[in-house]
This record gives sequence, C-alpha cells and structure tokens, in this order.
Amino acid sequence: MRTSECDLVIVGVGGQGVILISDVIGRAAVMAGKPVCGAETHGMAQRGGSVINHTRIGCRFSPMVASGGADVLVALEPAEALRFAQFLSPTGVALVNTRPVLPSTVTSGKVEYPPLQEILAPLRAHSRKVFAMDATALAGIAGSAQAMNVVMLGALAGHIPLSEDLILQALSLVVPPRFLEANKKAFALGKAEVE
Amino acid sequence: MREYLLGNAAIARGLLEAGVGLVAGYPGTPSSEIIETVASIKNNMPAHVEWSVNEKVALEVAAGASWTGRRAAATMKHVGLNVAADPFMTLAYLGVGAGLVVICADDPYCHSSQNEQDSRRYAQFAGIPCLDPKNPQEAKEMTVFAFELSEKFNIPVMLRPTTRVSHAREDVEIGSVAAPGKQGRFIKDPARRVALPSHARPLHSELLAKQAAMEEALESAPWNRLELHGDVGIIASGIAGLYAEEAALELDEDLSLLCIGSYPLPKKLIRRMLEHVSKVMVIEELEPVVEEQVQMIAREINPHVNILGKAQSIPREGELDYLQVRNAIARMIERPEREALQCPAVSILPPRPPSLCAGCSHRATHYAMRKVFGKKAIYPSDIGCYTMAVDMGTVDTCLCMGASITLASGIRFGGEEEGICCSLGDSTFLHGGMTGLLNAAYNKARITVTILDNSTTAMTGHQPHPGTGMTATGEKTTMVSIEALAKALGAGLVETVDPYRLDETMKSFQRAKDYPGLSVIIARQPCVIKARRSGLRPKSFLVGEECIGCKICLDFGCPAIEFENDKARINALCSGCGVCAAICSSSAIREVAK
Repeated sequence: MRTSECDLVIVGVGGQGVILISDVIGRAAVMAGKPVCGAETHGMAQRGGSVINHTRIGCRFSPMVASGGADVLVALEPAEALRFAQFLSPTGVALVNTRPVLPSTVTSGKVEYPPLQEILAPLRAHSRKVFAMDATALAGIAGSAQAMNVVMLGALAGHIPLSEDLILQALSLVVPPRFLEANKKAFALGKAEVE
Repeated sequence: MREYLLGNAAIARGLLEAGVGLVAGYPGTPSSEIIETVASIKNNMPAHVEWSVNEKVALEVAAGASWTGRRAAATMKHVGLNVAADPFMTLAYLGVGAGLVVICADDPYCHSSQNEQDSRRYAQFAGIPCLDPKNPQEAKEMTVFAFELSEKFNIPVMLRPTTRVSHAREDVEIGSVAAPGKQGRFIKDPARRVALPSHARPLHSELLAKQAAMEEALESAPWNRLELHGDVGIIASGIAGLYAEEAALELDEDLSLLCIGSYPLPKKLIRRMLEHVSKVMVIEELEPVVEEQVQMIAREINPHVNILGKAQSIPREGELDYLQVRNAIARMIERPEREALQCPAVSILPPRPPSLCAGCSHRATHYAMRKVFGKKAIYPSDIGCYTMAVDMGTVDTCLCMGASITLASGIRFGGEEEGICCSLGDSTFLHGGMTGLLNAAYNKARITVTILDNSTTAMTGHQPHPGTGMTATGEKTTMVSIEALAKALGAGLVETVDPYRLDETMKSFQRAKDYPGLSVIIARQPCVIKARRSGLRPKSFLVGEECIGCKICLDFGCPAIEFENDKARINALCSGCGVCAAICSSSAIREVAK
C-alpha cells in the first residue's frame, strides 16, 4: 500500500541550491492543502560535500524516502545523480543536470571524473526514464547562472501532484524580487526540456 | 494557519507561543537554527536572546532568568550538555521559578558530531522529564507543554529533538505568539537556591518523590498513543514511531502499536500493551531506554511475552531508517523483507568528501604550521571546520571543545619531546580553550597554541561570539581581544599573523617553535564564505606558461586549483587569497589585473 502521494529525492553539491527546490515545493504543497514533509543536510557535510534532500508530498509519516522509493530523483549534478540512484524507484523518473562539479578528489588528480555517458547509462538501466539537460547553460540563457536549481524545478513541475501556478507562487515567495523574472524564465526553460 | 517549517524553526515558534522571556545557547549542529530563528523574528522577540560563550553559561543564564520569574530556555547539541552537565544535574534538585526548558538536540549517526550519545539517559540520570518529538509539529507542541510541565512540577524539562526532527521540514500548524509576561523579580529562598549539603539532602528526597507524580501526569500526554489490535505489538519512541506506523500500513498488518514521546515512561500504557500481546518489538534509536523498562515491567506482569529489541532486530548505533524498521517488523511477523536497492555503478564515482573552502585561511595556517614544525611534530586539534585539515597531517587529535590545548599539555607532560603545535578556532577558544590555556601557562607547558581566528563560528552557520563585537540580535557590543586574553592567561609569546602572508606566518611559527615556553599564534583572516557574501574578492590569479607541473600547489589541496594537460589551472572557485602564488616553485602563479 502506498504511504505517500509522491516521494522526491533532490541531490547535488553543497551550495547548489538543493534546499530552495524543496522549500518551494513544500510551500506550494501547503497552499494546496496537502500534508508535506522533508529532510535536509546541514552542518559539516555542506562544505563542498554531497547533499541530499528528501521531500514527500501527501505524506504524514517520516520525512525520509526509503531506498527504491522515490518517484522522482532531481540531480543538480550528474555524479550525484548516480551516487543517490538507489533511492529512485525502478518505475521512477530521473531529472539530471549534465554539468559536472569536480570534487577535490578529481581536481587534485587523485581520481578521474567518469565520462557523462558512463554515469547516465546505469541510471537509464535503473529507472523508467532519464531526462538529461545542461541546466547550468539554460540558467545562463535565462539571465542568471545561479538559477540552475530553478531550471531543474521547472523540469520537475510536471512530475509532481502540484499545479504550476502554486509552484510559481511559492517561488515568488523565496526568490528576491529583482531576480524573479530571470527565475521565471529559468523555470520555463526547464519545463520545456521535459515536454 | 499552516507553514512549511524546519524543525528548529518550529521549536523557535513554540518558544514564542509559550511566551518565553529568555533564550540562551551555544551553536551546535543540529540545534543552531533555534536561536537564529528566535533572533530573526524581530517584532516578537523575547526580552532577551543570546549566544552564550558555552552551554554551561547558557544553562546558568537561563536558570537565573527562570528564578527571576521569566520562562527561559537553553539550547545546545547533545555534546554541549556534557559541558552544561554541572548546572544541569543540580538544577534538578533546586528547581525552577518560571518554566525552564533545556533543548538538547541529539545526532544519531554523528552526521556532524564527535559521538552519538543519547540524551534521554541524561534526563533519566538527572531525574527530569524528557520530551522526545517525532516530527516538527510535535516539537512545537512539546516546547509549549514543556514550560507548563516545568512549572507544574518545579523542575527543568528536557526537549530532545534528533537531527531528523531538527532538520526535517513539515507543514506545521501555527498558533499565536504570547507576551513574555511582566518584568521578573528574584525572590530570595536560600533553601531552594543555595545548594548547601543541608539544603541538597531534602531537595534530593523531594526530587525522588516527584517522579511518580510526573510519570502519572505524562501517562495521558497526547504523544503517548496506544492502539490495541492484533496480538503482535510494537512499542516505538520518537521518529521510530513514524517508521513503525508507516510500515504497519505498508504491510497492511493489524499490529498493536504504542508510540512514546515522553519520559518518565507511561508505564500503565506499557502494561496494557504487555497484557494484550504475545510478542512485542521495541523500536528506538540508540540506547535501549524504553526496552529496559519494558523488560522490567514484563517480568512483573507477563514473563511469557516475547520481547524483541536491541539484541535481535534494532541496532544500538547509528540512526534508524524506514527499511530497517520495516524489515525488522516483517521478520517478526514472518513476511518477506524488502531489500535496499543497490546501484553497483556507484563505484565509478569519485568520492566527494566535505573539505575546506577554496581560499580558506585555515588551509594556509596549517600549511605554514606543517612547514615549520615538520612531519614529526604533534598536532593536537579541535572542533570546527579546521578539523577537515586532517588530510594535511596537522590534525592528530579531536576530542571535545577546547581539548586541543589540554591534550597538547598532557602530551608534553607525558614525555613527548617533539614539537607540539595545537590548533583551535576563535569561537572554540572562547568556549572551552581559555581554561586550558591558563592551565598550560600555570603548569609551564612548552607548547604552541594556534588560534585560527576567522572572526565567526563558521561550521555551524556563522554565528557571532564575544570576539566579533556583535550579539545574537546584531547589536554592537564589547569586542574582546584574543591577544589580550592570551597574554592575561599567561602565554609568554603572543603574535598575530595574516595567514595569507605565508612568509610572515612561517617566520612567526618559527619564533613560536624556538620559544622556550608557552607561545600563542593568532592567525587572523575572516571566513572566506563571509568575505564572499560581503562582496570581497581582493585579487584574481592565473597560472602562466612557466608552470612545470610539479604539483606543489595541488598538494596544497585548494579546490580552486585543478590539474589539466600536465599543468595547474585556477578555476572559478578562487577567492583570491594568493597563497598558491607564494608556494609555486616556478613563480608561474600570478595576480592578474581585473
């Protein structure tokens, strides 16, 4: 029996804006009158490390998504998509920003960053569908490289049981007004990628 | 009205709804956002909110306000309670004026901590009630209730969220904020405020006598919920209750369920459960606090009931997760387990450990320290971002706040003859390092103490401290001089350096190394995250064609330096500190005009 309407796992690197996506979704869910909960990474792990956020829409239980339970995996960085792929349900969808952020273990020459195809292939084998996009480039086109997370939010919007109107309304509450237009553009570009 | 709130923000909200008059605490993951949230709600701020110098101080300040008739709370992480243990234990005897709540956030799995001690044991030890929320909504309600309970039984009350409550988000029902009440007055009552032996003895008896009444009162608390169904049962505490409820629903099994959120435990509810079932599983994170009580009650009333717990199904370390709980229940009722998915391709991924930021001055200080003191020297260190310099070979110990200096002293007195250079941050020094420095001076420890002064409490989210000249609410205050403190505490040599000036820093470390007594080096440079936020990016650097690919700069470990086609390259993370230019063997790294 399903215990949640929709389970999301949002992953990336500390500083990429993972929490903003979950905050917008949480606020939109509250506006829609749906119970919603989530869990996030703070503290030491944030310093350039991998971060994971769990968000459960229409759920009154624990804030953590179980292994194999996520309906959607949103990855702001490709290696992190694969790192946390075990959370994704085999019937789930992965949305992946293809722009790598090199960890210090790679920049220092200790290990290599695998080619994108070697990351995406096992992800494709593991899930129902993978949407890969250069969200960082799309954010640049929208006028703010910082809005990469909002490109991914736009791509996510059609995959969750919340109306686009509410998501955009919630977005306008968390983004500073002067960046709102660029963020709305970023959202639309992300949305177009999965249509 | 409902709002999507972080657990710690929900607790802050609860404090304001309870009309709290004072909140004091020391930052520590996962507790820090409670005070930050209280301090950010400007219009509804309590009479006083502060970042205290440490947790002991915070609890004592809170107790003082409570004795003056103001509801008061002290916030800390679990290991902070060790620091505050002295007032904590005796406050249980002396009692409160207005309600006093100790908010102590536990960290099962050590997400951001040096151990995973279970604070429910502390509450049990002190003999005070403990409220153990399962989610942000409950955390908020328990915060308000904790003050009422504290006043009813004249005793401090512990609220014990865990990381998965403090850093969970949830839609939380918001109530109205209460005013902190009229101005306080301290009423003299030596028998209850002066812990002389002759006062303490009757107070201890009183504390013990309260236990039964507190247990009775908590028996009917709404967060202890018993549902009797089938003859197999689950008793679960805190967040484990949510996992168990979800598992019962997913497995579609008619299990009896007792969810527990308060201590002393609801023994009557436990009795009713044990009378009803033939088999019961106790599910709780960390210590078997509930399980031990269940075992004791079972021996009295139903020795035949089969009790499963830590020995069979539920680990005593780390945090629980849904699948673990679900599968433990499935095994108990002989249903198939659901395996966690594996994705073998993960092995191709590069590790991404947390690391010091690009341009972090701690890296430069540790680099200079290692260059001067050498590989054989001993480097006791401490708790903060700089503990991540463990990969640089300059972090040989990390025990607890301030222990770098005292361990260094003990290592010297133990007979170690190599150089000893310890390191700790500014906030850590002010929290727990000053007494150790005084002790080192008094007992003639020949060591070097490096105070890594980035003028903030960086790791926990950049909280101010007495060295910053700013209070928790952003008011200007006395800015304490770390140099003057170090001298006053008895250090013989005290020098301040800018770690971005590598050459001068190394010269300073050399003088400290040669000094025949206690030396202190204060390496001062603002936290690079704060500097970036305030728009400071003093210089830009690039690697020229002269690069010979020697990788010396790469060994420095700054994330802004990459290696490509046999040459170093500086990426966009560069904060312009310029230290790599100073260590480059071929003078290939140079500043570029903007």
